[in-house]
Amino acid sequence: MGISISNISKSYKNVKALQDISFDVKPNELFGLIGPDGAGKTTLFRILTTLLFPDEGTATVAGFNVVGDYKEIRKNVGYMPGKFSLYQDLTVEENLNFFATIFGTTIDENYDLIKDIYVQIEPFKDRRAGKLSGGMKQKLALSCALIHKPKVLFLDEPTTGVDPVSRKEFWEMLKRLQQKGITILVSTPYMDEAALCDRVALIQDGKILEIDTPEAIVKHYPKPIYNVRANNMYQLIISLKDYEFNHSVYPFGEFVHYTDSRTDFNPKELRHYLETKNLSDIEIQETEATIEDTFMELAK
Amino acid sequence: MNNVIQVEGLTKMFGDFTAVNAITFEVEKGEIFGFLGANGAGKTTAIKMLIGISNPTSGKATVAGFDVLTNPEDIKKNIGYMSQKFALYDDLTVKENITFFGGIYGLSRKKIKEKSEALIKELGLENVASQLVGSLPLGWKQKLSFSVSLIHDPKIVFLDEPTGGVDPITRRQFWEMIYKAANQGTTVFVTTHYMDEAEYCDRVSIMVNGKIEALDTPKKLKEQFQAESMNDVFLKLARG
Amino acid sequence: MKRFIGFIKKEFYHIFRDRRSLFILFGMPIAQILLFGFAITNEINNVDIAILDHSKDTTTEEIINKIAASKYFSIKQMVTREADIASVFQKGQVKAVLNFEKDFSKNLIKDHKATIQIITDATDPNTANTITNYISAILQQYQKELNKDITIAYQIIPQTRMVYNPELKSVYMFVPGVMTIILMLVSAMMTSISITREKELGTMEILLVSPLKPFQVIIGKVFPYIFLSIINAVVIVMLSIFIFNMPVQGSLFLLGLESVLFIITSLALGILISTISATQQTAMMISLMGLMLPVILLSGFIFPISSMPMPLQIISNIIPAKWFIIILKAIMLKGVGLQFIWKETLILLGMTVFFIALSVKKYKIRLE
Repeated sequence: MGISISNISKSYKNVKALQDISFDVKPNELFGLIGPDGAGKTTLFRILTTLLFPDEGTATVAGFNVVGDYKEIRKNVGYMPGKFSLYQDLTVEENLNFFATIFGTTIDENYDLIKDIYVQIEPFKDRRAGKLSGGMKQKLALSCALIHKPKVLFLDEPTTGVDPVSRKEFWEMLKRLQQKGITILVSTPYMDEAALCDRVALIQDGKILEIDTPEAIVKHYPKPIYNVRANNMYQLIISLKDYEFNHSVYPFGEFVHYTDSRTDFNPKELRHYLETKNLSDIEIQETEATIEDTFMELAK
Repeated sequence: MNNVIQVEGLTKMFGDFTAVNAITFEVEKGEIFGFLGANGAGKTTAIKMLIGISNPTSGKATVAGFDVLTNPEDIKKNIGYMSQKFALYDDLTVKENITFFGGIYGLSRKKIKEKSEALIKELGLENVASQLVGSLPLGWKQKLSFSVSLIHDPKIVFLDEPTGGVDPITRRQFWEMIYKAANQGTTVFVTTHYMDEAEYCDRVSIMVNGKIEALDTPKKLKEQFQAESMNDVFLKLARG
Repeated sequence: MKRFIGFIKKEFYHIFRDRRSLFILFGMPIAQILLFGFAITNEINNVDIAILDHSKDTTTEEIINKIAASKYFSIKQMVTREADIASVFQKGQVKAVLNFEKDFSKNLIKDHKATIQIITDATDPNTANTITNYISAILQQYQKELNKDITIAYQIIPQTRMVYNPELKSVYMFVPGVMTIILMLVSAMMTSISITREKELGTMEILLVSPLKPFQVIIGKVFPYIFLSIINAVVIVMLSIFIFNMPVQGSLFLLGLESVLFIITSLALGILISTISATQQTAMMISLMGLMLPVILLSGFIFPISSMPMPLQIISNIIPAKWFIIILKAIMLKGVGLQFIWKETLILLGMTVFFIALSVKKYKIRLE
């Protein structure tokens, strides 16, 4: 009842949107597709929800082929496209009712599934969807995608443009849905959300960079990473980039993430070098790699 | 006086609703200032007052040395603006976009030509200078858009969610450009609700329900709230 | 069936919550009919004219009296020399001058033919045209009376054409045209916009991924507009009958059936437009440029087809509105039955089947 993708490719006029993508999502897994805008996430979602044909390759969703069995798939999946596709001029309740009816069900029939999501927006059930905040729209869109009890749920960038509090609540909801036996494929441009998935695929420019559990991906990072900071950020970055032994230099919040090309790197040497560049308050500290570091290393 | 933005008790009411509730802060020259808050916290209303397109109900603010109430036109000449939603015209070429925005700010033709060449060279866009902006990758567009917002050498540049959705490497290059601009004395005012963007700022303010509830360096805020990231700081603040 | 009803209910929510489209839907038919009926009327009243009578015989006198007796004209002055005509116009005292040839009566009896010149002030071409038409009509009327008991007809030649409208009431001419435009607009433009709106919102993706069949989506989208268009057709006919006292000569039932046929043609066009446009804006532009302009310019609504250049006359044949206007005029003004308009009806039917087939074929169950 999971998803199986093998050798999917898809091109638009002169853009290769997906190039030879293969991976499996196990039944009842919470799988994350992580990559920036334009990486091909939406194209892959559309192929899996039978909205687009792949140029090459095959895929099955819940055991059905995305090309041949599109009718079966359409009955068995829930899909939440990016930008919360709701009818802005219908109220919360009318939206939910409408989606229930077109899937041949009623709100009452599957209320238990959406209950803990819907109760949060039920006080506003007579408000038009267009007047809801981002977080509330997101909850309503999720309720609508769930109303027919799908076996597989596709969520395309559900947390884009939503504030941190709503994002956190949303991931908690996904965890609970997973416990109810639903397979979930979710895409996001936020690297920090990768840690919340069972497994993730990193994707950029239509290619999969890596597929694994978030912990394993971080462990794969080949080099020790150092947090470096100094009194002048810009000077620090320039100096590090000029340093002949640098392997990578990336600003990372209040620090710069630095890796060295040598195996016997000594931070003291670097400190010394930075001091010759007139930098002061220098801090150099080894730190753990993040998903984002891995992503950049792989995409380099 | 080194404060490029000085805000005191700035308030905006819409009927009974207080969108911005007596906010006070200042931003120094060359500082990267993060202006954070959830959607609907009052960020947009506050910015509109700062760039002189909305009058405050009460309070006082000066931007680039000009009063928002009495000299809004002078403010507009001294600020740059870049938003993720609207940046450049997709159906104009790189050069045409630069020329157009240079023209808006009244740069002379000679000056535009100079700036345009320097800018294209710096971004490495020589080969695509005559291509439509719409055909460029998102990351290039954003870097170009940032450079264009600096074309008239503004004292302050306002960036609205500048790096949402961009790939991590481009994003770093973008921040390097911001650091460079700040290093040269341009004040950078970043509004965003992406907390990871906040980590890059010198100081951040967090707005909740029209009030500034926290204002300090990311490091100190994280210490103060015993949080690992700005995201946690925000969650703790918003959940009370 | 329950899904379908649910769908239609949603469509009506959209329509009734969008004040602007609601206004277009119901405000426009009324505004248009009233506008054409009252304001942009081609009717004339008490227009000042001058007469130059070279014959001064009984026939010319009779004609002059007839014209003077009509409420459309009043004879402001008599001119005696050709040379004075120019100065009368220059002073702007009259809109038209009637110039009777010499020996008008004699010519009529001898050659069965006499000529009268109608000179109009063409600075306002529309009025000039109308004046010519009205005078011609009066002449024709007079000629008819004259020829009542005569085997070889007398002919008065005014060099103008008569339109089929015995009372010369312009509002009658406008009703079929306005009705066509409104049905076209409501049906084609509103459906294409409402379908593309779902594309823009992204909700179309969800509908496609749902078990709803494509034809159910389409029928669900167009059904409310069939209903609203019928209401519009009824409103227009009622307005014409009760406000402008327009007699509907033919069968109201036939009129209804033909209107439903045309509404379906327009809806099919609307669906077709929505399949080729990605945004509401494009749909609107295509509807306006691709449908409204041809309807206004080439359907015979404002400009008579017979006076168009040949290529345009040929093009006009592929415009459904042309055939519908012919049908409407036939039923409303001539009062004929299906036996006289079966050909036009068949053409319209053929077009409808073609457009429906094309749009079903073009409608995609996928995004590409």
